[in-house]
Amino acid sequence: MLKQWKRLKERITPTDIVMWVIGGAILALIIWGSTATIAAGRYSSHHWFDFIIFGLAQGSIYALIAMGYTLVYGVLRMINFAHSEVFMSGPYTAYYVAAAFYSSGFLDRQPIICLVVIFLVAMTTSTLIAFLLERVAYRPLRTAPRLIPLITAIGASFFLQYTFRGLYGSGFQAYPVVKMMEGQIVFGEFRILRIHAVVIVAAALLLVALYSFIQRTRVGKAIRAVSEDKEASLLMGINIDRMISTTFVIGGMAAGAAGVLYALMFKQVHFFMGFIPGIKAFTAAVLGGIGNIPGAMLGGIFLGLVESIGPSLFLDGLGIVAPYQLKDAIAFTMLVLVLIFRPTGILGERLAVKKA
Amino acid sequence: MKKIYSIIEQGIKIGLIGGVSAVLLALIGMVEAFSQRDIISNVISMGHTLLLLVAVFMGYLAAKRTTRTEPLWTLVNSFISGLMVGGLVALLVMVGSLINLRKVFVNAMPVLYELLTFQQRTQIGVFLLLGAGALSGALAGLFFLSPKLIRRMLILPLTGIVGAGVLQDMLRPTFALWGPIAIINEWLFTANGLTLYGAISLFIVIAAIIYFWARKGSAVRTGLQRLSPASQRVLRITSFLLLFIILVALPQVLGIFLSEVLTIVGLYVLLGLGLNIVVGYAGLLDLGYVAFFAIGSYTAAILTSPELGFFHFSFWSALPIAIIMGIISGVLLGIPVLKMRGDYLAIATLGFGEIIRILVLSDFLRPWLGGAQGVGKIPKASIGSFEFGRPQEIYYLILAGCLLVIFISIRLRDSRMGRAWMAMREDEDVAQAMGINLVATKLLAFATGAGFSALSGAIFASKLSSVYPHSFNVMISINIICLIIVGGMGSIPGVIVGSIALVGLPELLREFAEYRLLVYGAALVAMMLLKPEGLWPAEIRRRELHEGGSKTTEEVLPTEGGPSSHE
Repeated sequence: MLKQWKRLKERITPTDIVMWVIGGAILALIIWGSTATIAAGRYSSHHWFDFIIFGLAQGSIYALIAMGYTLVYGVLRMINFAHSEVFMSGPYTAYYVAAAFYSSGFLDRQPIICLVVIFLVAMTTSTLIAFLLERVAYRPLRTAPRLIPLITAIGASFFLQYTFRGLYGSGFQAYPVVKMMEGQIVFGEFRILRIHAVVIVAAALLLVALYSFIQRTRVGKAIRAVSEDKEASLLMGINIDRMISTTFVIGGMAAGAAGVLYALMFKQVHFFMGFIPGIKAFTAAVLGGIGNIPGAMLGGIFLGLVESIGPSLFLDGLGIVAPYQLKDAIAFTMLVLVLIFRPTGILGERLAVKKA
Repeated sequence: MKKIYSIIEQGIKIGLIGGVSAVLLALIGMVEAFSQRDIISNVISMGHTLLLLVAVFMGYLAAKRTTRTEPLWTLVNSFISGLMVGGLVALLVMVGSLINLRKVFVNAMPVLYELLTFQQRTQIGVFLLLGAGALSGALAGLFFLSPKLIRRMLILPLTGIVGAGVLQDMLRPTFALWGPIAIINEWLFTANGLTLYGAISLFIVIAAIIYFWARKGSAVRTGLQRLSPASQRVLRITSFLLLFIILVALPQVLGIFLSEVLTIVGLYVLLGLGLNIVVGYAGLLDLGYVAFFAIGSYTAAILTSPELGFFHFSFWSALPIAIIMGIISGVLLGIPVLKMRGDYLAIATLGFGEIIRILVLSDFLRPWLGGAQGVGKIPKASIGSFEFGRPQEIYYLILAGCLLVIFISIRLRDSRMGRAWMAMREDEDVAQAMGINLVATKLLAFATGAGFSALSGAIFASKLSSVYPHSFNVMISINIICLIIVGGMGSIPGVIVGSIALVGLPELLREFAEYRLLVYGAALVAMMLLKPEGLWPAEIRRRELHEGGSKTTEEVLPTEGGPSSHE
């Protein structure tokens, strides 16, 4: 007994204790805030339902973007900082198609066809940008030390942002309203904004499709093999260059689709629109355990939910003014909290510590 | 036929790339915006120079890539690539004259086409464009074929002329300060661009210097090496003294605008040196470094500003407290991330940086931190009756800070702790096995970096007299990381060179604000592709990267955990 206690004492360092104290304090604060909020009863179940639906919609968009980050991280072990610009380029380009459809009245007559075309244009653009990005900026740097592709990615991100700003102008463009997606769906007592339902369903379909593509097809298998061990997969006859390109293409497609969903939900596009969702999605990917595909989905949805529910649930009860301003702080606190207790993310055990 | 194609294939490919870039440059509005400014007055505008540079560069590249050794084929290749560049731009003009591209591309205005066709009708303009492209391509080919001395005697003077033209707004008022030398202005500049004879004489002067240096330069260098050790030391000390005198005299000579730029560069040098310890020495990728800058600024602001009215410290008594706060927060934020590695560490620190910024911005902490409006009325630093108010005076404060931090950095680098940091950077597990206390080593790196950053922050607060949360976003952290890498990781002169290149130059080009970040991004990518070790790399790192030089070009696979990968 005494011996075991001694061994335990040796294993626990002062920093561990500090970390637990910090983590415990934050947890206590969260629980206290939540109970106070619920006890005060300022929000009805309708409010909570709305928060959850909004969180799910936003979270599924994050999840789609996070797929791109995590897939690329898997094969290249790099943070593709320019992924947020891949995300932006699609819907921004598709805006011009959408606006043309809208002004000709075609959007109201044939909304389905129009949406399909808009999605196709956005996905094609994003895919093209992602493909070129890998070809021009990352491929020559495969063997470089890790920080160098990171800087290249940052540079490419600036370059793309300001190229699109130069091409399309620096103003906000209002995305045309699709009449079909206005209004609410009523389930008994609860109502969902139609656009939220569309976003959730579309993103879920895409996520399932992506996941089964990675898990079931030969190409998906090859991508997984490349992220597991490049040399061995080369020996197995996998064309690594092509697989890395494919990974970027898949990530670009997901980002383009996510971009249109984002634009439909928030109804505007801008050359800087990728930055915040990009950082959030990357956070989501890390939260779930970077390199892990289900982890990215889970992380995205978790982050979306925390952002939408967190401010009212945790902070309102503590009597904090304007809690909604702190939603990003909550999201990042969650991230730090998760990383303190699980340094490799929620589902991150597949990538051992030494690889990350 | 096929054989000929295989020879000119490079020319066509490179020409296509160049043509697409030229069209892109035109469509994003750079050509148009730059055309308002002449390089040489009434001879060539910056916009045309830009397009010309694309054609020339592509022609040079095509010449370089030519597989056949005959000079004829080289010329043909460069000619073709230049023609392609001109051709694609001409295509843009033709398409633009038929379809209104403005609906999508905001910059496809009639003015642009006028510029591209040299104010001629479309039909004539297209041929002019083709001719100009082909001519510049062919000239680039000739340039490639000419001997090295002539190439240098052409390229450096031309760079000088373009540089003088681009920076004319900076140079003119500066020269005007210099009393008798102000005559240069009349000789060199007009209200818009260089004078023609000024440009020619500038060309001749620079070319002559290069010619002289090529003839006598090696003699001078060997002469210096032959000096006795004692006199070499004297020489070194004199050159240090000279450098110091130049540094002290700089703001008096340069005038207010350039001094302002210098102070900004100096602040980034301080920040960069701090982060250099965390990233460059200890290999801990910290993306939330701006948090400590914010903590330093806000501590100084709260302690000194009468607007909040909590304390009425002077700058000098607030400074050490700000630094101590920075160090404490460095340790506090360091503890939770001790076990994280690589990208997890990066994103967690990024999270910390954002949390701090959001907290400062929030209404919740407004009574204490001023919220979105920030804190104002921060007093300036002063010694006796000398107040560090204008940029020229603050410069000395920052210079003193930089010299101090450079000294500490050098001493730390060569200390036992510095070696422990570098060991940890190379391999954490091995370092631990060698008896390095990882916890203490990491925390000390975070604390030192944070202390430097807080120092910079306190000076920043007193320089601006006010602090706003918007000054502390994540882009600052990213900018600092970039300048460290571009300068050369772990290298102290590298940080200085990096700050000048990534902070100073963009500040100078503020006129072209819209395209500043675009060029910045492109330059970062190009830099990493061409010179990944940085502008002024640390000796060790230079050797590391060149050791693997032959391997990197041939091997397809990335090496995991090689000697230079920082995990």
